[in-house]
Amino acid sequence: MEKFINITLKIWRQAGPKAKGRFETYQLEKVSTDSSFLEMLDILNEKLISEHIDPIAFDHDCREGICGMCSLYINGHPHGPDTEITTCQLHMRKFKDGDTIVVEPWRSAGFPVIKDLVVDRGAFDKIIQAGGYISVNTGGVPDGNAIPIPKEHADEAMDAATCIGCGACVAACKNGSAMLFVSAKVSHLALLPQGKVEAARRVKAMVAKMDELGFGNCTNTRACEAECPKNISISNIARLNRQFLSAKFKD
Amino acid sequence: MKQQEKPLEEIKIDPRIPEGPLAEKWTNYKAHQKLVNPSNKRRLDIIVVGTGLAGASAAASLGELGFNVLSFCIQDSPRRAHSIAAQGGINAAKNYQNDGDSVYRLFYDTIKGGDYRAREANVYRLAEVSGNIIDQCVAQGVPFAREYGGLLDNRSFGGAQVSRTFYAKGQTGQQLLLGAYSAMSRQIAKGTVKLFPRREMVDVVIIEGRARGIIVRNLVTGKIERYSAHAVVIASGGYGNAYFLSTNAMASNGSAAIQIYKKGAYFANPSFVQIHPTCIPVHGDYQSKLTLMSESLRNDGRIWVPKRKEDAEAIRAGKLKPTDLKEEDRDYYLERRYPAFGNLVPRDVASRAAKERCDAGYGVGNTGLAVYLDFSDAISRLGINVIKERYGNLFQMYEKIVDDNPYETPMMIYPAIHYTMGGIWVDYELQTSVKGLFCIGEANFSDHGANRLGASALMQGLADGYFVLPYTIQNYLSDQIQVPRFSTDLPEFEDTEKSVNDRVKRIMNIKGKRSVDSIHRELGLIMWEYVGMSRNKEGLQIALDKIKEVRKEFWTNVYVPGEEYDFNTELAKALRLADFIEIGELIARDALMREESCGGHFREEYQTPDGEAKRNDEEFSFVSCWKYNGEGEEPTLLKEPLIYEFVQRQQRNYKE
Repeated sequence: MEKFINITLKIWRQAGPKAKGRFETYQLEKVSTDSSFLEMLDILNEKLISEHIDPIAFDHDCREGICGMCSLYINGHPHGPDTEITTCQLHMRKFKDGDTIVVEPWRSAGFPVIKDLVVDRGAFDKIIQAGGYISVNTGGVPDGNAIPIPKEHADEAMDAATCIGCGACVAACKNGSAMLFVSAKVSHLALLPQGKVEAARRVKAMVAKMDELGFGNCTNTRACEAECPKNISISNIARLNRQFLSAKFKD
Repeated sequence: MKQQEKPLEEIKIDPRIPEGPLAEKWTNYKAHQKLVNPSNKRRLDIIVVGTGLAGASAAASLGELGFNVLSFCIQDSPRRAHSIAAQGGINAAKNYQNDGDSVYRLFYDTIKGGDYRAREANVYRLAEVSGNIIDQCVAQGVPFAREYGGLLDNRSFGGAQVSRTFYAKGQTGQQLLLGAYSAMSRQIAKGTVKLFPRREMVDVVIIEGRARGIIVRNLVTGKIERYSAHAVVIASGGYGNAYFLSTNAMASNGSAAIQIYKKGAYFANPSFVQIHPTCIPVHGDYQSKLTLMSESLRNDGRIWVPKRKEDAEAIRAGKLKPTDLKEEDRDYYLERRYPAFGNLVPRDVASRAAKERCDAGYGVGNTGLAVYLDFSDAISRLGINVIKERYGNLFQMYEKIVDDNPYETPMMIYPAIHYTMGGIWVDYELQTSVKGLFCIGEANFSDHGANRLGASALMQGLADGYFVLPYTIQNYLSDQIQVPRFSTDLPEFEDTEKSVNDRVKRIMNIKGKRSVDSIHRELGLIMWEYVGMSRNKEGLQIALDKIKEVRKEFWTNVYVPGEEYDFNTELAKALRLADFIEIGELIARDALMREESCGGHFREEYQTPDGEAKRNDEEFSFVSCWKYNGEGEEPTLLKEPLIYEFVQRQQRNYKE
């Protein structure tokens, strides 16, 4: 049932990449519990605009949990307190009347702040550019049914490929590691016969790029898996490690 | 420099369709078109605006060929373009199911589904390359659903009697886009594609009648930037957000389309807007967007409302639950009205049928603007696990939004704005009425006529980007190899940038009282009320008057906070809204002109006795092409006649 709650928001404000940031406190009254978290921020921004205060910058686009654009570290959790969702799918019914909600950007060396809650995740694109693909050109490929792929492999590849590249794993990790993201792509492609051909080259190139871009190491705390909105399993990290070692041995 | 204006009566719309029998046109075209040799390709620059399925696949394919590609997107990464949200699947005439599918049948279904308002030659080509798309995606590692034997699985979609839809759970768009994105990423690493994220095109630069560059706004710094090229490709998606609430992403917009329209590209069939029957109903006035529930759900879900009005009233009042209603008290109205296609009728038909029941007082939900989509039959037939595997992510999405478990109580759905069949006019080569300016994917008008079939948007986007444009653009570029790269210091760039800066300053200086969203919402309500699922002459005239008032309100009373040269979301939204107002007016104008009902365009004055759309092939068998005549001037209507050489036109019939 729809209810209305009053909340206090402590939101990170930062004018630009080099500016000093700080928390600002805002009160919001009579927020419908049926509204989404981002709709609540829309309402707050409308209020700020009407008071001629610069609205809060935050990334968002599809608002249905698939584009990976929204981020936000809410009360100590990437994508907030609910599980298996992105921030845009979080609804205010998860909060109580009188709650104080702390909202921060992703914090990681790999994701510098652009403004307020917006960060630069270009590093993820660079990791994919390093090898997150199968090297085929358009045209001249075999028939789609030429290579049968066991259903279990296809399903497992699909589960890994579900990653939306939002960066919650990095934000959740005390080391700021991008291992879950990288391993999801490595696994997706390595599980398919089409991707096996260049698997060794791919895993080396992607891991090297990840290290180069300032992401930390994995110490198996599993925080990434717990916070991932798409349930990407850390068994992918184990697969990446096996792939990486066997590729290095062959060198 | 301004192009020499021709008197209007001399402007003939020439789609440049190749001669010959339908099935041989594309083969013949490819055999005789002009090509660019490999060493010349790297001297030619191509700008691609947008990185959805069409834009990303075009950038990747053109880069692979050796062209120098500049790719622009408004998100922080090309992987986030709104194609990512497409759920259900992609059609292809593979006939893997041995159920009688063929290129001709996919062509025919698309033409019929589009209510005979699409071009035969384009649609045939689309069906022809559909199989290649699947092969390409499999080779890229797209994890399509498979059978236990290891071969590709299919499902059914509306408007077809065969199973030809390939899918990856309920995330097909995501997987196809990531495939195109990874192909593009490979080219970025190779240096053939240069990526410009968080950039929004704000104008096109025309030099001696040809598109030679674009002006963009850097969304991080707010700075205006110039880029030149030998050809410009627009792949910026549809304009559904003119209705404010739609299933489109928040930043999806029609601005690139309006900018090129104002520079001479015709805007075609703007009133052909698709309203998707299965979306989560509107719930509050703070709502920012609508969420789609994939059409694939209609494979196993049955749509119904109560048979008796008093039951519907009791449900709305919360006194009765849908599960309390006996089978004989439910009206499966699609199965009743359309026995042959049942729940799988095309989208426009399903949407209107839902509206008809709700308007008649049988709607459910607290607003009465919802119908049920019920899986209880399928769950008892197939077991809950099969349903979970097929639609698990969609059910989860529904539950998170609505806080209701669709495995136990039927989903509530209602139609919402979803896709725009109309768009920039292009010829057979996907070139607009401006030379060197191409338009692909949802942004163009080309293949879906007055209604798009489910799982065909992904097909068209990828067909254009992988298999059509990389050929046809060479026919244009072949005589451009002697043309040196353009300097962005040319006066045409200066002038265009200045006009952009003037527009930005003008908006910043209004300093009125209304937020951008509040005006956008007002526009959306007018569009939905008068230019939505069903339209009439009087309502459309009201809409045109009201849109004029909205325009005046915007240009005198909008308030944009912050600075011009900064990360300023409100300013970006304001620039888009100014263009949505223009589009809204075009949609209403086109709908008023088209005195017939066809596909998604339903004029109440033109319907059959049993409430079906009544086309008028005598007078309206044409593509309406709107030509811009300057600010405050009425646009001119030009007509491209639709000639059906190969298909016999009929009234669409999904009943038998």
